Amino acid sequence: MSVKSGLHFGGPVFALVDCNAFYASCERVFRPDLANTPIVVLSNNDSAVIARSYDVKPFVKMGAPYFQIKDVLRRHGIVAFSSNYALYGQLSERVMTLIESMVSESSVYSIDEIFCDLSGMPGDLTEFGRKIRAKVLKHTGIRVGVGIAHTKTLAKLANHTAKRLQAQTGGVVDLCDPFKRDWVLRNTAVEEVWGIGRRMTAHMQALGIHTAMDLAKADPVLLGRKFSVVLEKTVRELAGTSCLALEEAAPAKQEICCSRMFGVRLETIEPIKEAVATYAQRASEKLRAQHSLCKKIRVSIRTGMFNPDEARYANGVLVELPYPTNDVRLITKAATQAVERLFRPGFRYSKAEVLLMDLRQPGEFTDDLFAHTQPAAADKVMSVLDEINNRWGRGTLRAAAVPAAPAWAMRRELMSPSYTTRLDQLWTVNAN
Amino acid sequence: MSVTLHGPIASGGVSLPLYSSQVSAGFPSPAADHLERLISLDELFEIRAPHVYLAKISGHSMQGAGIFNGDLVIVDRSKTARHGDIVIAALNAECVCKRLHHRDGQVVLMAENPKFPPRYVMEGDDLVIWGVVNYSVRDHERST
Repeated sequence: MSVKSGLHFGGPVFALVDCNAFYASCERVFRPDLANTPIVVLSNNDSAVIARSYDVKPFVKMGAPYFQIKDVLRRHGIVAFSSNYALYGQLSERVMTLIESMVSESSVYSIDEIFCDLSGMPGDLTEFGRKIRAKVLKHTGIRVGVGIAHTKTLAKLANHTAKRLQAQTGGVVDLCDPFKRDWVLRNTAVEEVWGIGRRMTAHMQALGIHTAMDLAKADPVLLGRKFSVVLEKTVRELAGTSCLALEEAAPAKQEICCSRMFGVRLETIEPIKEAVATYAQRASEKLRAQHSLCKKIRVSIRTGMFNPDEARYANGVLVELPYPTNDVRLITKAATQAVERLFRPGFRYSKAEVLLMDLRQPGEFTDDLFAHTQPAAADKVMSVLDEINNRWGRGTLRAAAVPAAPAWAMRRELMSPSYTTRLDQLWTVNAN
Repeated sequence: MSVTLHGPIASGGVSLPLYSSQVSAGFPSPAADHLERLISLDELFEIRAPHVYLAKISGHSMQGAGIFNGDLVIVDRSKTARHGDIVIAALNAECVCKRLHHRDGQVVLMAENPKFPPRYVMEGDDLVIWGVVNYSVRDHERST
């Protein structure tokens, strides 16, 4: 057997590149004055903390309700922002485009994570990781960490280590070296392993599996039989056998949900119908994006459930559509009619939800020869609709039931400008 | 006067046809036979590239460089700023647009307007170069 010189150990090599404190970092890109200011980002409707810069972590917990921590924020000089997804999405796209230009194959995993295939890449991979870091930082102002290993699960672990030991590693960790890999496995708790949730951690601890190393040495077949094939793959991946391909095709979702709090409590039916129409529109966009049709819709509305002085009401209804469809007109009509059945006067409504169910792929089932299917004309209308909204922005073309600037919209009072996506909110630089 | 015509000015972000031949001003048309490819301002200014950003200028200190109050500038973050470049810089956490002078170890942010004095960057100042200004765009209907 001959080993080609200059090649890294044969077999696959993956890198996981992940943005550090992504949302908070995005808020800083166009605000150099915030470089040393701790930042939290709030969820939709400004209700809870969903992202923190590193310097906030000792003071504010993830998920903390905003109204409870206002004092803490003031005391520590922490600045809060409403989530500005237009900004984060745009910067994410820049980061991903840069990384994609540096590697032969890659697969975006989430808004701030991307897996890259480095198999067969010659040279020092840690050095390459540093190059990625330096380029992304210079071109976008976003800091990333890089984890490199022979499997995706190990790459994720390497990335985690890079983050944990930022100072020692310079944000890049390569675990292709078995000695380094074993050190990290021994020094990582099992709950830090990708895909091991809280419940699974309890199961593992009951079996005497406490570290990632314990799990890597466990019997994959046995654990697979006892728990799941996913866990079996995790065990094999930790032990160095790649089981997850770069692009693990995400299975089409079985249900699509769009649910949001209103910015203000609603007491009349008209604005609730508008909201439900808006959520139905969004859900049907998601439905078409995954090329599915739906046969059933569940619409529900509810009042606040927390305040004991408020009259409570929650109700939902399932609506059957005449045929499997992705036609926003049909879905909106069914959803708004459902509101008429659900609405009871005298309550202060806080939330609505539209759930598309019984999803299928076109042509998946032939019900019977005489069953109705979506007319071809509707397919055309929907594809033109999506094309227009892709080009000129979401909501350019919409059902008349969906208002442009609704009074019930979510509270986002602390939002930064859309620096990169709106001409009227463009970043302004002083020349004085 | 001879100009190179880069096609008619259409409204909106559409691609304009590029004519290859040089034509005299006020004498259009034979070039229509030489339609070659589409140019797009997006491409010309690279504004879709991940390292290119748009910013709006507020203030009058860069008039001498042809950058006026309210103009758009196209900023490249990938470039390393050199002596003589117009830069977007964060000086003590405040973003400014100035011309960068870097000679004999002394960094100066120069205005291009005699009304604005040069700003010498001293020890204790915190200067971060955000990007280099490649192009600027002005709306000649708005501006006076």
